[in-house]
Parts: sequence; structure tokens; C-alpha cells
Amino acid sequence: MSSRLLAIAIWLTAIITVCLFAWPKWRLPASVSAHSAAIDRQFKITLIVIGFGFALTHAALGYAVWRYRAKNGERASNSSGNARVEIILAAITAVVFIALAITGQRVWAGLRLNQAPPTSLADAVRVEAVAQQFAWNFRYPGADGKFGRTDPRLYNDADNSIGSRPGPLGIDPTDPAGKDDVVTTTLAAPVNRPISLALRSKDVIHDFYVPALRLKQDAVPGMRITIHFTATSEGRYEIACAELCGRFHHQMRAYLDVKSPRDYEEWLKKNSK
Amino acid sequence: MSQARPQTAKPYTFIGKYVFSRNHKVIGLQYFFLALTAALVGSAMSLLMRLRLAWPQRRWPLLETVFPGGFGDGLMKPEFYLAMVTMHGTIMIFMVLSVAPQSAFGNYFLPIQLGAREMVFPRLNMISFWLTLASFLVLMSALLAAGGAPIGGWTFYPPLSAVASAGPGQAAGADLWLISIGIFCLASFLGSVNFIATTLTRRTKGMSLARMPLTCWGWFTTACVSLLAFPVLFVACLLLFLDRNYGMSFFKPAGLVVSERFIEGGGGSPLLWQHLFWFFGHPEVYLVIIPVMGVISHVMATFARKPVFGHRAMVAAIVAIGALGFLIWGHHMFVSGMNPRVGVAFSVLTLVIGVPSAIKTFNWLGTLWGARIRFATPMLFAIGFVSLFVSGGVTGLVLGQTALDVVFHDTYFVTGHLHLIMGVAAVFGIFAATYYWFPKMFGRKMNESMGKAHFWLTFIGVYAIFIPFHLLGVAGHPRRYADTLWFEFLKPLEPLHILITIAAFVTAAAQLIFVGNFLLSLWKGARAGDNPWEATTLEWSDEASNAEGLPPVVYRGPYEYSTPDAAKDYSMQTEV
Repeated sequence: MSSRLLAIAIWLTAIITVCLFAWPKWRLPASVSAHSAAIDRQFKITLIVIGFGFALTHAALGYAVWRYRAKNGERASNSSGNARVEIILAAITAVVFIALAITGQRVWAGLRLNQAPPTSLADAVRVEAVAQQFAWNFRYPGADGKFGRTDPRLYNDADNSIGSRPGPLGIDPTDPAGKDDVVTTTLAAPVNRPISLALRSKDVIHDFYVPALRLKQDAVPGMRITIHFTATSEGRYEIACAELCGRFHHQMRAYLDVKSPRDYEEWLKKNSK
Repeated sequence: MSQARPQTAKPYTFIGKYVFSRNHKVIGLQYFFLALTAALVGSAMSLLMRLRLAWPQRRWPLLETVFPGGFGDGLMKPEFYLAMVTMHGTIMIFMVLSVAPQSAFGNYFLPIQLGAREMVFPRLNMISFWLTLASFLVLMSALLAAGGAPIGGWTFYPPLSAVASAGPGQAAGADLWLISIGIFCLASFLGSVNFIATTLTRRTKGMSLARMPLTCWGWFTTACVSLLAFPVLFVACLLLFLDRNYGMSFFKPAGLVVSERFIEGGGGSPLLWQHLFWFFGHPEVYLVIIPVMGVISHVMATFARKPVFGHRAMVAAIVAIGALGFLIWGHHMFVSGMNPRVGVAFSVLTLVIGVPSAIKTFNWLGTLWGARIRFATPMLFAIGFVSLFVSGGVTGLVLGQTALDVVFHDTYFVTGHLHLIMGVAAVFGIFAATYYWFPKMFGRKMNESMGKAHFWLTFIGVYAIFIPFHLLGVAGHPRRYADTLWFEFLKPLEPLHILITIAAFVTAAAQLIFVGNFLLSLWKGARAGDNPWEATTLEWSDEASNAEGLPPVVYRGPYEYSTPDAAKDYSMQTEV
């Protein structure tokens, strides 16, 4: 009796879990970046593969529990293995897992190894994101296309006025390249244009995380890590911190504003005073 | 194999016998009760976390009287939440999961199952336990430190953990954490030396490696992994301690400004900590689960009344997992800033380690095929383990892929994955082992009805908790967030948090059935004979348990069940 119940519980667990993951309510957030289609497809393929594995093993486990309960006086089979079955199952698993690894690496290569082609990179909007407990700062290089030198000793968090010098990023006032740098607390990006985002941190490790972009990258103090994305849909998206950074980690929010090229230029002009 | 005379020949005082004991059984029990205590504390902490996540704006004046520093106006402070995150993780991973399967059951049963009288180094064994206890007490004292317990999570990434001003709890609390884990590393290292030496030199006559039960293979492999992994964590903790207190700068880069203060130093690398930590931290996952795998195979053969399916493949898989476990630490660092090309190697190797894990699953199913299963409580937990191992394992195939890890890294998807595969799967193994070996350890059986109730509530409960974790992760919910109030995309997820919290409280309450059953059975449990489960290995033969008698001689493999022409359906290893 209790064995039948257990078999049913095992099957039900599998069915409910598969249904939950198949339910449209629990999908990844709507994507707004050029690279996310490849990721989403790979996730879907992986989910189907593991869904099969999960369902089959639970079907088998439930079946064994249902079928092979002890009966009076009967002896179990004395089988201690079956090399053929073992090898076949192991080989199938190995092929499936390694195929997943290879297809997954193709997606990864597209994201991080074969960086965006040079032509579009030249066209890319260069932005710097500088994280600190518990805020994001963004810097645009201005008309000269160059970021001014920064010095941690010049950080001035009290002076948060947009475009200030040296401001929260400690832009060196003696460096002419820094004169026209634009510092903001919101990341604005023109739609359908590649963005080259250099991540830095002033204090501890943070993580630039935009669920809608399928983008996540640590910002590590002492390192300058550059990532690329192209936002494909105008709108406002939340930027979160995904690496535990201290007591108000859960409040470290900023916005990504994806704008039409004209709105973007206007926004940039407005902020560069 | 030579048999040394028991070194515990002279009569002992109470203290020598039960406190500073050199007897492997007593030490095993000491470890067991330490892990049980730690598990209760760690679970209570997770319930506190669940309260804040489900009802972030509710006031808890009663809790404030218990934790005056952790609450303000009855609201749980975020730093208290993060302190609970850190302490829950640390206590569960080190003091429970690293202790119970290996140090507790391993100490008690490894010598017995090998037909040895004692561990090779009994005094070292005693020292290992007392160091572990000291480590636990130092860790708990962090709760009382000025500023409270550390808030950096069990992974303790610098610079957050390297600079005292980086947050409340990052001062004295973080130092105590480092001291505690340093001591723990030492204890585990010493313990593993003992396990390896005992396995290699103290096997009784006839106990070839091929005849060792899979439990012994699990403990032995785990000891080898511990021997190589813990020293690395020890060094990492030492370096971080020097960074914090003696002006060194191993993990602090130049130009750090924390809380508007310029931090002197430079030249250090935050990523260095991550490499050192995960070089230990990933094998750690396996040194939790490998002894559990041994226990599950052992229990399963007993109650399936069948030999373990593919015994040799099982041994090979355990060893392969232990070895491969050292080559995949980088999969925790795909988005850390590590070169993305390095991620390729770690990703492929990570999926490869899934193959021996899958082989183990097939062989557990194979063991059940054609069996005559006796559904006693240990077996229920063993079957539950297989289900959880699969459920928690398959999501590893998602997280192991670099491109998908970008999506799920540091979300509840990871938290769900690790809790299923490393948390509750291992805990099911610990429960299976407890119900199974209780008659040997205490001479009585645990109550079956209470055991079954415990199993059912826990099995359903853990799924109700941790499957929703994955759904939160798919929706993008970052882990280690004290609440969901600050982000629009998190607000719709609040009902799921409430559901999880309710499931967590029900599941936690079910554990009281276990504790009650345990204590009750100590006094009132039905007397168990020498071999209540009709099992085959040495812990169930009276020769092996008779410390003054001659060493047992082994004539058979470990799992000879249902041999066609035998009189009984099991043949003990000592039967000619």
C-alpha cells in the first residue's frame, strides 16, 4: 500500500514539476537584446533534454517502486549488473551531455569570444559603468571620445550633481580628456546600436545584471571588464546588482533607458552641461 | 593485514571514555550529535530568513527581544538577514554536511566494516573532533561579536570580507569566521589522514578492496578529496586574515575606497580568493555527496535484497567523481571576470562529470529492478534521495553551460539547484543512515510509523520549497536579496515567497518528529537483534562488534543477497 503511494508520489512530483516549467507564466523575462535569442534557444533545448531525463528516471523509479515490492517468500533477482546496458546508457548520456556542452559553447563563443565585429564596434557607444556600495554610476566619454583620467583619492560622493568634476568617479580636473565626460546615474542607450560597457568597481565586487538583456557580469575592483550588448527595444529596464555587496545589496537599483537615436542624442546633450 | 591490539585496553574514567575519548564509536557519536545540534541551529536561521522574505514589512517585536541588535522597531534589519544567510550556509555546509556523512558515520562504521578494531591514530581522531567542536563554537561566537555575524555569504568574497568597514559584521565577526573555518580545515585534514591510513592498513583478513562495501569506498575517496582540498582553503583563510589584520594585500587591489575611506595597499586580486576558495569549494560539494552515495547504495542493496547493480562501475564512478571534482571549480566563476576562454574548459568538464553521476543513478535504478523491496524507513529515504539527486542534478546541466550561467548565475535557480543536490539530497542520505544504523549504534530500532510520517512530510516539503526556488530563478530573482520591494520585476514574485515560507515551516516542524522519534527510541525503541535488517556487512556480524574477540575473517563480497541456492536470502561477509 505504502509502496503504491510512493510510486504515485514520485510520478506526481515529476508531472507537476514538468508542468510548472512548461507553464508560460514561468518563462524568462521578455528579452530586449540582440544576443538573447541564441541564449533563450539554448535554454529551451537544454530544458527539453533535462526534462526528458528527469521524466524518464522518475518514471522508472516509480515503476520499480510500484512493481518490485517484497512478497512473501519470493526472492529478488540475483542480477549484479549488466555491462551491456551499463555501457549503452553511459554512452548515450555522454553523447547527450557533450553535445549540450558543445552547442552551449557555440552560444558562449558568440557572446564573449568572437566579440562584435570591428565595423560595428567602431560604431559602438562606449560607456563606463562604475559600481559602488550601493549605487551605479555611468560615464560617457563626451565629444572627444576619450575618458578622462580618474583618481580614487578624488572621489567625491557628496557631489552627485550630474556632470560634476571630479564627482563620484574622481575625474582628474587636470586631464583635458575628462573635461567633457558625462557622468550619470542612469544608463541611456540608443536602440539597435552596439554598446561597449566597461565595468569597474570602487569598493567591493558588484555585478551588472539586467534580466531583460540576458546580461550579467561582475564588476571587480582593480579590473576593467568590457562587455557588449545591443538593445533592440526602446523602454526602461531595471539594472540590479547580482553579487552580494553589503547590507543594501537588495536596493542597488539603476535604470537602463533604451531610446531612439534622436532622444538619445538629446539626452546626452542635456546631460553634458 | 596486521591487527594491532586495541589501544584502549586500560580502564578509563568517565571523562576518558565519553568526553576525551579515543574510541572511534564514541567519536563518531560525538560528531553525530554535533552535526544534529548544528542542523537545528542552521535550520532555525533559515526560518528567520524566510520570515523576512515572505513578509518584509511585518514587525516581529517578540523576535526583537531575542535578537535586539538584529531588529529595529520590530523590522528585521537587512544586515541581520545577511548574517543569517552567511551563518546558515556556513553551519550547514561545514558543520552539518561535511560532518555527518563523513566524520560521524565514517568514524563509527569505517573501522567496523573493514574488520578493524580502531582507527590507526585514535588520539589524532580525538583531536580532530575537539578541533571541529572548537570551530563550531568560534563560529557561533561570531553572532555575539560587535557588529554581529559576517554578512558576506559563506563564499566570503573579498574585498567585502577583506575590509572591516565594508559593512556591519565585517569586523570582528568576519575574523571569527576565518578563525573558525581555519580550525575546521585543520580538523578535516587530520581526520582524512586517519581515514586513508585506516582503510589502507587495517582491513581484516579477506577484506580485499573489491570486497569493501561501497560506504567504505565513499569514505575513503572523500578522505582523499579532503586531504587535497582543505589545505587550500586553510591557506586562503590565512591569507585573508593577514589582509585584514596585518596590512597585507593578497586580495585587495590598489585604489580601493570603502565607505569613503581610502584603503592602503594594492597589488592583490579579488579573483585569487575565488580561485582558492572554489578549488576547495567545488570538491567540497563532492565530499558531501560521495559518502552519501555510498550510504544510499548500501541501504538500497539491503532493502532491495539484491546485490548492488554494477558494483565495479559504482566504485569507478565514485573515484571518477572525486577526481573530476578538482577540475571544474571555475564553473563558479563564469561571470567573475575570468577570461571567457577559460570558461570553455570548465564548462565542458562540468558536463562531463554529469556522466559518472548519471551512471550512479542508472545503477541505483538497476539495483531496484527485479528487487523485492522492503519499504522500511531507511529505504524510503534512499528512494527519496534518488529522486532528489536527479531533480537537483539535471539543473547542473543548465548552470554548467557558460552562456546559460550568465542568465542564472547568482539567482534562486542556483540556490534551488544547490539545495536539492547538496542540501536535501545529502540530508536524505543522513536520515537513511540514521534510521539504518540506529539499531547498531543504540541497540534499538527507531519507530517505523513516526519514521514514515517524517519521510512523507519531508519529501513533499522539500519539493514544495525548492522547485519554486527554480521558478524564482527563471523569473530572474537574484539570491541574497533581503527583500523584493525595490524592483518592479521582483514584486510579482512575492506570493511564491510566501508559499515557500509556509512549506519551510511545515517541513521544519516535520523534523521535530524525527528528533522526537530519535529521543524516544533511545529509551523506548524496540530492542534490535544483532542484524535487524538481515544485512551482510561486518557491522551486523557479532564477531566484528566484539572488541575483545578475534578479528573477523571475510570470505565474500559485500552485497550477496538472494543467492539462488543459499538457505537464506543473504550471506554475510563472514560466512564461509
